[in-house]
Amino acid sequence: MDLLRKWVQGLFFFMTNGYWNFPVTRSIYKGPLKVVCSPGLNCYSCPASTTYCPIGALQQLFAGIRISIETGQFFMGFYVIGTMGILGGFVGRMICGWACPFGLFQELLHKIPSPKFGIWPLLRYMKYILLVFMVILLPLFAIDEFGSGSTWFCKYFCPAGTLEAGIPMLLLQPALQANLGWLFLLKLSILIFFIIWAVLASRPFCRTACPLGAFYALFSKVKLIKVSLDHKKCTHCGACHDVCPMGVHFNESPDDMECISCLSCSKVCKQNAINLGIRGLSIANQYKKPKVKPI
Amino acid sequence: MGQPGFSTNDNELNQPVKNRGKNIKMAPFIVIILFLILAMIGIGLGEPSQALNQATQICLSCIGIG
Repeated sequence: MDLLRKWVQGLFFFMTNGYWNFPVTRSIYKGPLKVVCSPGLNCYSCPASTTYCPIGALQQLFAGIRISIETGQFFMGFYVIGTMGILGGFVGRMICGWACPFGLFQELLHKIPSPKFGIWPLLRYMKYILLVFMVILLPLFAIDEFGSGSTWFCKYFCPAGTLEAGIPMLLLQPALQANLGWLFLLKLSILIFFIIWAVLASRPFCRTACPLGAFYALFSKVKLIKVSLDHKKCTHCGACHDVCPMGVHFNESPDDMECISCLSCSKVCKQNAINLGIRGLSIANQYKKPKVKPI
Repeated sequence: MGQPGFSTNDNELNQPVKNRGKNIKMAPFIVIILFLILAMIGIGLGEPSQALNQATQICLSCIGIG
């Protein structure tokens, strides 16, 4: 299952970043596929990106909501929120574990040999604060003299945007380097901070700062496809605690909002108590008993 | 061995056939339908074209340049 997950992660990486003509055009993809929502965090100003980032699109729509109402268009973000909700209702944060390019990037960074550390559990709530303030409230209500808001999370925080779009665009269009200022330095510092943190701890951005993960986490109790615990089989041995990349104690909280359904816990559960299922119907169970040679 | 199309989870297999479907909760379907309706409203308002228009332009200030 772990190998399958790696293949799916790679597939989604190339599906959402499938425009490889950018070294020739020196610009981003501008085709019709950009009407499709990227399930994971993937900046649409990335030269290779073929889809739109739901967090970026949502902020853009909220920032321009007054202008759209004044012009009689009433763009409220229903399409983007609806698409995100459909994805959340089906698989929730399984997207973080299986389809997010920035999640994959952090997983690869964490493979670099180094001392490994945990993450203070209370930091998980920071991503909900970022979702509410930087993605929703500030773009809606912090407006300029023209009645237009700003994309606060993208502009001041998003390390995925700096990695996937900021740095590549500076390389593709060197003339843009004349525009560099404190804003880029701030965003570059945040990116470097999260890169170093991802080497030392597992998926720090997903666990503490991703507003898209925070949105999908709201579906943890009602999503269609989810990892479930068979309480009758579980012996509370704690084997699932050590392997979870998100720091979840699955036997204690099987509906945990942090669970990304990566199935690392299912792999080590010798009791076969952890299954991937469609609302009660098990579809995958991956622990295999070691083969014993007959004496 | 479980019946074809059914779970391999022992607890579910031990249940009477008529009770197995009750494990499937309705909440996810309601949530998905609600958001589907929301997305359809957005499509009716023409939001996809706005999302496409935004996504095909490089927002320099959004990526920390300018």
